Amino acid sequence: MKKFWKNAPLRLKLGLIITLFFLVLGFVVYFIPHTNPFPNNIRAKNLAPSADHWLGTTSQGQDIFWLLIEAIHNSLTIGFIVAAIGTVVGVLVGLISGFVGGALDRVLMLITDTFVVIPSLPVLIMMTSLMKGSSTVILLALVLAVFAWAWPSRQIRSMALTMKERDFIHTAWFSGEGTIQTVVTEILPFALTWSLSNFMNATLSAIASESGLAVLGLSPGNLVSLGNMIQWARNYNAIMMGRWNWILPPILGTIVLFVGLFMLITGYNDYMAMKRGR
Amino acid sequence: MKFWKYLGLRVLTWALTILIGVTFIFFIPRMFPSDPVESMIGQMQARSGQMDPAAKEALRTSLRIQFGLEGSLWEQYTSFLWKGLLHFDFGPSLMSYPTPCSEIIARNLPYTVGLSMITTIVAWVIGNLIGLLAGFRKNKRSSKILEAIAICIYPIPYFILALVLQIVFAYVLGWFPLQATIQYSNGTGAFIASLLRSSVLPALSILLLGTGWWIISMKSLSSTTAEEDFVLYARYRGLSEKKIGINYVFRNSILTQITALAMSLGGVFNGSIMTEIIFGYPGVGTLIQGAIMQSDYNMILGCITISIVAISTCTLIADLIYPFIDPRIRYS
Repeated sequence: MKKFWKNAPLRLKLGLIITLFFLVLGFVVYFIPHTNPFPNNIRAKNLAPSADHWLGTTSQGQDIFWLLIEAIHNSLTIGFIVAAIGTVVGVLVGLISGFVGGALDRVLMLITDTFVVIPSLPVLIMMTSLMKGSSTVILLALVLAVFAWAWPSRQIRSMALTMKERDFIHTAWFSGEGTIQTVVTEILPFALTWSLSNFMNATLSAIASESGLAVLGLSPGNLVSLGNMIQWARNYNAIMMGRWNWILPPILGTIVLFVGLFMLITGYNDYMAMKRGR
Repeated sequence: MKFWKYLGLRVLTWALTILIGVTFIFFIPRMFPSDPVESMIGQMQARSGQMDPAAKEALRTSLRIQFGLEGSLWEQYTSFLWKGLLHFDFGPSLMSYPTPCSEIIARNLPYTVGLSMITTIVAWVIGNLIGLLAGFRKNKRSSKILEAIAICIYPIPYFILALVLQIVFAYVLGWFPLQATIQYSNGTGAFIASLLRSSVLPALSILLLGTGWWIISMKSLSSTTAEEDFVLYARYRGLSEKKIGINYVFRNSILTQITALAMSLGGVFNGSIMTEIIFGYPGVGTLIQGAIMQSDYNMILGCITISIVAISTCTLIADLIYPFIDPRIRYS
């Protein structure tokens, strides 16, 4: 651990600290008992920050601090679900495509390429606008996952293609290991490093897509997420009224979270490359 | 001969990509339990009270025709492919009935294409130049600062950056309009002036994010290229740093960036949609937003089909140009 901390690039350290900070906010602070911040009209409206309400209240009388904590919790949860589905499906499709080859490979890659090329947002808009009103967090995560698997499966496939020709794979084949066993015991460990960085990347883009949909009013209306929080503040004209304690926390929160995650990803990739180089 | 085979295969992939994409967006809405016709009738009744059953039945039939929901699924599909994909005829827009969707899309598309194309190309040029310098002289302080700035800007989602720019430059400083205001009727001069003034902030959002990405990727590309043996050899031959930078490092790393440019178009389009919506800029994004609010499904389907075709075609063009730029690539 000490050695890691000495060798790791600055970016990785900063990214780790910021990400951990948000994980603590979203999954530790979140569970500290507090009154539900969401219901309207049970608190005083338009309060400035104070000891009772650390970030004040909205024009609907919602507690901004706890709203923010719940938003971080929900946004991260959606991000993780989508990233998990996308990474698992992507790795599976990529490995199958790369190893089986032939017609199956061609068909799978054609479908994958389609999902890489077509712009995701308009299609997500269409799907969520059809579920307007009836959409839930799980449904939303599933819809976002439709676009999360294509890029990883492309990358894993090319990884599998180069790996197929290496000696240790041939050894595995000749010693009678089946395709599935070879993939699991020989290839998967290699794919894991890459999958971890892809997982973080997918988390980031899922949170971004969800907040994009929220700005369009297409995220479930009762879901407290970073995007919805910004959207509500915009809807109630927080900018025009100069209510900075309302509009800035979710905006700054999103920016810091994204920069932190991005530093973690690139720092991690650099660190892994450095370790391999030695 | 090989060229023609490559071209044929590539065009075939292009057509299949579009076909799969369009098939996907055709069948997805039909798999959802919600029926746009029923929900529309429901909305009408909520607004103007109960209607008599005969009128309702007539309304239902005519709406089903408008939405292209008549006949079996296969008939609907083939007619959508024939009319929508081949003739860009998506039926009348329901929010500005009876103007055809394609006419409205054609009116809005140039704004989106203009905004995103210009900013993407400018961002690509600026970002790659800065990235090249930063990667080539990666131990200089200025390179590190530039990269740090890029890392802090690039991961921000488009609409958040747009919001921040809107708050700072339009609300607090008041230099630009909060929402795009374009004068269509006061002559060409006023039109261009108002268009430019309204485009500054949306363009800046896309530009900053794009430049950030190209700096980061070009820096890492050129710094690895700069460590390769042939660059070392050039140094030993005593070539000037400028020559090495341009002829050795730049020429080798820019090729990857051309492919990356083609791959990034889909993302830029997504970003452009979000940015337009924040600033009320009159492009396809704002059109899609309006269509969602008014449940204009023909229009939504039309916008998505057009964007799939446009993005795939741009990628195809980039792929076809590539071998002309990189002489090492052979058609195979």
